This record gives sequence, C-alpha cells and structure tokens, in this order.
Amino acid sequence: MSATAAATLSPETVLAEMKKHGVTHVVYLPDSETNWLYLLMKADPAVHLVGVGREGNACSIAAGLWLGGAKPLILIQNTGMLEAGDSIRGWLMSLNVPVVLMVGYRGWTRHGVTTDSVATYTEPFLMAFGLNYYLVESDADSERIGVAFKEAERTQRPVVILVGDEYHGFNR
Amino acid sequence: MMHTADMMKAFARYRGDAILVPGRSGRYWIDLSNNHALDVEVGDPAMGGHAGLGLGLALARPDKKVMLFDSEGDILMSLGMLATVAEQAPRNLYHFLIDNGVYATTGGQPVPNADKIAYDVVARGCGYPRTFAFTEIADFERELPAIMAGPGPVFVACKVVPEIENEPIGRRRRWQTRTREQVVKDFRAKLGAG
Repeated sequence: MSATAAATLSPETVLAEMKKHGVTHVVYLPDSETNWLYLLMKADPAVHLVGVGREGNACSIAAGLWLGGAKPLILIQNTGMLEAGDSIRGWLMSLNVPVVLMVGYRGWTRHGVTTDSVATYTEPFLMAFGLNYYLVESDADSERIGVAFKEAERTQRPVVILVGDEYHGFNR
Repeated sequence: MMHTADMMKAFARYRGDAILVPGRSGRYWIDLSNNHALDVEVGDPAMGGHAGLGLGLALARPDKKVMLFDSEGDILMSLGMLATVAEQAPRNLYHFLIDNGVYATTGGQPVPNADKIAYDVVARGCGYPRTFAFTEIADFERELPAIMAGPGPVFVACKVVPEIENEPIGRRRRWQTRTREQVVKDFRAKLGAG
C-alpha cells in the first residue's frame, strides 16, 4: 500500500466495518465526506438506506429501528449534529439507544488553522452532551470503528465516530 | 369536530396485535389498550419525532402493523419526515394525525396557520398513496374499516377539539403507569428484541 493510500479512509473499509458489526439500516443525510460511501451502500443490498431531510429526524427513526430489533447507524455531518441536539438527547440518550453516529468532521484539520466554526464547536458539543467519540482519519484508524460499535452495545449509549477525512480518500 | 377520547375509542377495536405509538394521545389510550406491552408509550422524548419512531418500528418489523398517533405540532416541526415516510413506503404503517390546532400543553397557543393547513393534502403531496381527512366522528367511524383493510402507508388527519392544559407541569396529574425505561424493556422483551 502506498503512503498516500494508507493515509486515507476508504469507503470500502467503513462499509466492511458496518457489515461486520451487523448494521441493518443506515439513516443518513448526505455530506461532502461520505458521498462515495453512499454510492457503495446504495449498491449493497445488505444495507437498507433511509434518507432524511434534517438530521434530527434520523434520531427518532434510529430509536424506532432499535426498539424493533434492527441495528441502525446514523450517518450525518457535524453541522447537522449540532442541529440535532435535542433529538440526540431525547430520542437516543434518554431511550438508551446503543447506536453509532458516524459524523463527517467538516472543517477538521490536523495541521492547519481551523477556519470553519463548525469544527471549532464539534468536540465541545460532544463533551457537553457527555458523548464519547473516536476520530477516524485513515484506514489505519479503522479499528476504532469496531471499538465504537462495541462500546455502544456495552454501555447502551450512543457513541460517535468523527470522520476527519474531508476532501481526501473518503471523498475521492 | 370530534373529541380525541371518542376517536381513540372508535379506533380501539381495530388494534389487533399491532404495535401502537400513542404519541400525545397516551392518556386517552391507556385505559383502552388490550396489549400494553406493544404500546410504545414513551411520551415526548423530543418534539417532532413521533413519525420517525413509527417509521423506524415499521421498517424493523414488517411482519407487524404499526399504528402511529401523531400531532400537528410535531408534524410541523418535522415536515420533511412525511417525505421520508412516503419514500420508504412501509405497507404496515398507519399514520393518524390528531390535529387540535394548538400547542395544548403550553396553554393553547395556535400552531402556525392552524386553520388553513390541509395536512392530508401535504401528506399526499409528499407521496403518501392514501390520505384521508375527518372532522366528524361519525364519518371517521364509517371509513375506518376500509382504511384499516388497505395497505399503508396511509395518512388519516382528524380535527379534534383542543383540550388545553394551563396547570403548571409539576402539578399535572400523571397518567403513565410505567417509566420510559420500563416501556422500552417490556416492548423489546415482547418482540424478542433483547
């Protein structure tokens, strides 16, 4: 594997992790980090896609799926996560839904200066809600996806994966 | 206009072994229910989410009918949910709207444009294949057999008399007999979901 490939997060890796951990439904609103993943999921009959028009709606849908015995994953961007605050609190946290939220980390930069305010507020938001999270930037971090799934089951709480790979491999 | 209690009473004979999301009608439903373990009586975890809860249940359990009782305040907060439900088109979802035109639990302030919105038309425009609207209990009772005999997703808008609460929240009579945690536990156990 080249150094460039190793430094990116491939959508194939993410989809494989979802399937490995038994995800049945992905409730999503597209964002710039996840387009290639969306196309892969759409072509895969093992995953049922549920598109929403606003991110907060994903939370009650995921709650219903879990209550009924399915295993949902929520795929949104950090902008939408901020919008969805009350639904995350009410539908996911107060019902103890063990769901993984895969959140595109718009504005994230490891080395530069963060100029996008949504990146500035993302981690403080999660800390305020007491939601544990894992940063995933490349395939080398993919083990953390499995850690998040296991932690959600063990704690019966939502767990967040921040996808810090905008405009690179994950989006091709 | 009809009363919510009469509407729920008329509906009760069609419940069968369906999953039921009472939404804000829980106080009227609790004494009518024949299967409390399948009543997803979680109250109002966050406004605007009842339709999503019903959709998620319907997708997770296509083998069971899901009866969802929503309110117009919730629908207005998540209007896009109607498009999502219609796109998923679960044949087992029966979506009832209890429209009293006001935010009843906060003192009865009208919802935006309360008297002019045709929710059945909105639902049909979003892609629900079958929609109905009722203002009188006799019409509702007459059409219910046909509504329940057909496939979902179906949207049934019912205009009801507002029953406004002005009592401070802390002094209101608690009608729930189970905690939210217990409701979740009972429900998942009944379905064998954990």
